[in-house]
Amino acid sequence: MFRKFTREDIHSRSKVKSSIQRTLKAKLVSQYPKLEEVIDELIPKKSHIELIKCEDKIQLYTVDGEVLFFQQFDELIPTLRLVHKFPEAYPTVQVDRGAIKFVLSGANIMCPGLTSAGAKLPDAPGYEKDTIVVINAENKEHALAIGKLMMSTEEIKSHNKGHGVEMIHHLGDPLWTFTTD
Amino acid sequence: MPLQEVVYCGVCSYPPEYCEFTGKLKRCKVWLKENHPDLFTKLYGDDNGDVAAVAGKLAESSIGEEREEKLEKDLLKLQTKQENREQRELAKKLSSKVIIKREARTKRKFIIAISGLEVFEIDMKKLAKTFASKFATGCSVSKNAEKKEEIVIQGDVLEAVEAYIHSLLKEKGLKDVKVETIDTKMKKKKPEGAPTA
Repeated sequence: MFRKFTREDIHSRSKVKSSIQRTLKAKLVSQYPKLEEVIDELIPKKSHIELIKCEDKIQLYTVDGEVLFFQQFDELIPTLRLVHKFPEAYPTVQVDRGAIKFVLSGANIMCPGLTSAGAKLPDAPGYEKDTIVVINAENKEHALAIGKLMMSTEEIKSHNKGHGVEMIHHLGDPLWTFTTD
Repeated sequence: MPLQEVVYCGVCSYPPEYCEFTGKLKRCKVWLKENHPDLFTKLYGDDNGDVAAVAGKLAESSIGEEREEKLEKDLLKLQTKQENREQRELAKKLSSKVIIKREARTKRKFIIAISGLEVFEIDMKKLAKTFASKFATGCSVSKNAEKKEEIVIQGDVLEAVEAYIHSLLKEKGLKDVKVETIDTKMKKKKPEGAPTA
């Protein structure tokens, strides 16, 4: 999604009203219930939230100058900065060490990288197709990418071939290096 | 569960555990050692010896020795590639020069045009803004005759600009970059204090 993303892709920037801020926070909590206890810490009441509208209907939300989440359609997707701050709240999968290199260059994640010895998938029933997942790596503490499941985790286990996770955002992509000023 | 504060590498901006995949590992290591020695020992061990680090990685990896070796090799390749690229870029930076030009607009008015800055990863627009507020003049970014971007400052501030650019380059560790000033004065100034009437 952020393969190519530059300043020119930004259409408009505007401040988010506090009433909309409230609904936004509620929506974030409803999507990721575990965020509830830290939401006021993540987005303090007096914080300055900005909405940045970009090409392809991508909308970035920045809190005090830091891009914390974005949406393309209805779903709010956290950025890695937010994930690093509070990693427990999201569905997570783990890839093996061999896959890190490819993930960091923006490739979709193949099923074998998710099923091998160093990787981890949740036990059944697992996650549905199209879930937004945080991608961790073997022996690493922090997440390195965010993707969308192209098949359910059970299917990945049984099928074990082809693309498993569609890449949305990874360390080092233009969104990661993006700064508001 | 409180929020986590994550340290990001000052060189490659990744969390330090991913530095090995960026191809800038050497510089990252130096940075980490200076700024977060505790993290450095955690990630790379007490000893600086590369042997120990590699052995440690092998032990904790599960993808098999053979694949690990290949990965190791690929990463090394990436690193040399990156280093070469950086060297090339540095050479390019050192060989290019900044040109500060003073042009006469009317009799006593001048504009200063600065070109050749784009190589140094300086945000032209931002710099123009700084100049505008620093000198309290109009300042903008425009394209010059060669279709290259340049900063145009309204006002005779050649010396001040030159000093500022020098300090800016020094900050970036590029002291040796040439800064050339071109003064296109139309005619010689009249001697100071000459009687006009």
